[in-house]
Amino acid sequence: MTAAEAGLGATGLARGLAVTLRTMTRRAATRQYPDVPPDLPPRSRGVIALFEENCTVCMLCARECPDWCIYIDSHKETVEVAGGRARQRNVLDRFGIDFALCMYCGICIEVCPFDALFWSPEFEYAEYDMADLTHERDRLREWMWTVPPPPALDPAGQPAKEVAAAAKAAEVAGGGGATERPAERPADRAVERATERPAERPADRAAERATERPADRPADRPAERATERPR
Amino acid sequence: MSDAVEIGAKAVSVLVAFLLLPLLVGQLEHKAMAHMQSRVGPMYAGGFHGWAQLLADGVKFVQKEAVTPVATDGPVYRLAPAVALLPYLLALVVIPLGPGVVAASLDVGLLFALAIAGIGVVGMLMAAWASANKYSLLGGLRGAAQLLAYELPLVLAAVSPAMAAGTLSLTGIIEAWRPWWLLWQAPAMVVFFVAGLAELRRPPFDMPVADSELVFGYLTEYSGLRFALFLLAEYAGIVVIAALTAVLFLGGWQGPFADQLGPVWTLAKVFALSFVVIWVRVAFPRLREDQLLRLAWLVLVPVALGQLVLTGVVAVAIA
Repeated sequence: MTAAEAGLGATGLARGLAVTLRTMTRRAATRQYPDVPPDLPPRSRGVIALFEENCTVCMLCARECPDWCIYIDSHKETVEVAGGRARQRNVLDRFGIDFALCMYCGICIEVCPFDALFWSPEFEYAEYDMADLTHERDRLREWMWTVPPPPALDPAGQPAKEVAAAAKAAEVAGGGGATERPAERPADRAVERATERPAERPADRAAERATERPADRPADRPAERATERPR
Repeated sequence: MSDAVEIGAKAVSVLVAFLLLPLLVGQLEHKAMAHMQSRVGPMYAGGFHGWAQLLADGVKFVQKEAVTPVATDGPVYRLAPAVALLPYLLALVVIPLGPGVVAASLDVGLLFALAIAGIGVVGMLMAAWASANKYSLLGGLRGAAQLLAYELPLVLAAVSPAMAAGTLSLTGIIEAWRPWWLLWQAPAMVVFFVAGLAELRRPPFDMPVADSELVFGYLTEYSGLRFALFLLAEYAGIVVIAALTAVLFLGGWQGPFADQLGPVWTLAKVFALSFVVIWVRVAFPRLREDQLLRLAWLVLVPVALGQLVLTGVVAVAIA
């Protein structure tokens, strides 16, 4: 072993000791789980809750489920309507989800057209008997109380389709249909306002500042703005 | 009559120290190692940060069945934990805690401590051979090679402060100790501490137990209380090596207000050195068998011999 190698070895040993000592002075990464509840991320997929008042027994969830772990029984009831013909209505008899099979893909929640299924972040429902992992409708209904309110909208995000459609409808109603091309303009403008302005411009300007010569700027920028505007 | 009382009190206090200090070192290892790995270690036993974890472990080990495989060499197998453990108890007897606070102040205390600590090795070899297990035997042979290699630098390094102080009495060495010896005896201290670590088969010198390749080396067949005694022997060994290093090289009880705080200084030095033992365990990977022997014969022995020359020259120059 040469002297240089020995020196290298010594620094390596010292660095190893330094790393462990530094780690010891820092806070441990341990989460004290059963004592301290974990801080789950938003939209955590813990358990599926059923809002059965919204369920129309359309069976979409059961059919789309990749594991076929949703069990639905129902029967039809005839509803007499005064002064009209009798209607038929689906009544839910059983709604069960087997969480021993469920792979938490969330497709049932995505496809439900009537917002009857929701994600709940509760995850402590382990059982000693696998059969007990099939949650029936009353238990699924109980999970509904643990469903958090939806998270707030991202202020930088695009407005929802519904908002854009409502703005369009308001424009149509307010303008009486007299403006030119009423179908396209308002929606476009709303999108433009929400996305283009904050997202693109500052970055553009910063890039401009970094690359271009300062002498060019005053002349260029108004021209650029003029070309952008009429869009 | 009063002699008997004094001897009894000393024996009891040595026994208490022998049972208490390894537990404290073990608890320190649990917590320090955990925090060095960004964990928190035991938190439940005893209520406050798992302070009673090792007591709980002891209770658990006592309750477990002590399995004795059919092929074992019965008496040797059963005797091995005691042979591994008792030498460290006896070594503690001669280690001075403070000025005048020592169970037995032998004139050849250093010789006694080194000789008696060497017997612990025999316990390991007994365990390895009597277990009738190939892993145990491999571990025992590795241990034998390692202890042959490291006993020499250990003793050579321990001779240096004895030469400097001109006595083999541990109390005498502490009384002759001066702070500048820290620099003078530094190479010997490093050699003694490293060789001591190897003697204890502590990581990074844990080739004989190497749990990832030899199951648990010579401890493979042990369970229940006998296994616990081997573990206790390991921690008692840490205490003894740390105490010997503190006494030989760090001045034992010496420090500010040594007359009143002597034992506190000794214990502080022992625990600081025990912490280093744990720290080294966490930081470094296990040495390979050839690296292990290279380090002993090509680095530690020459350094220890050089230190002896240096000590001799300086001692003569002073005198």
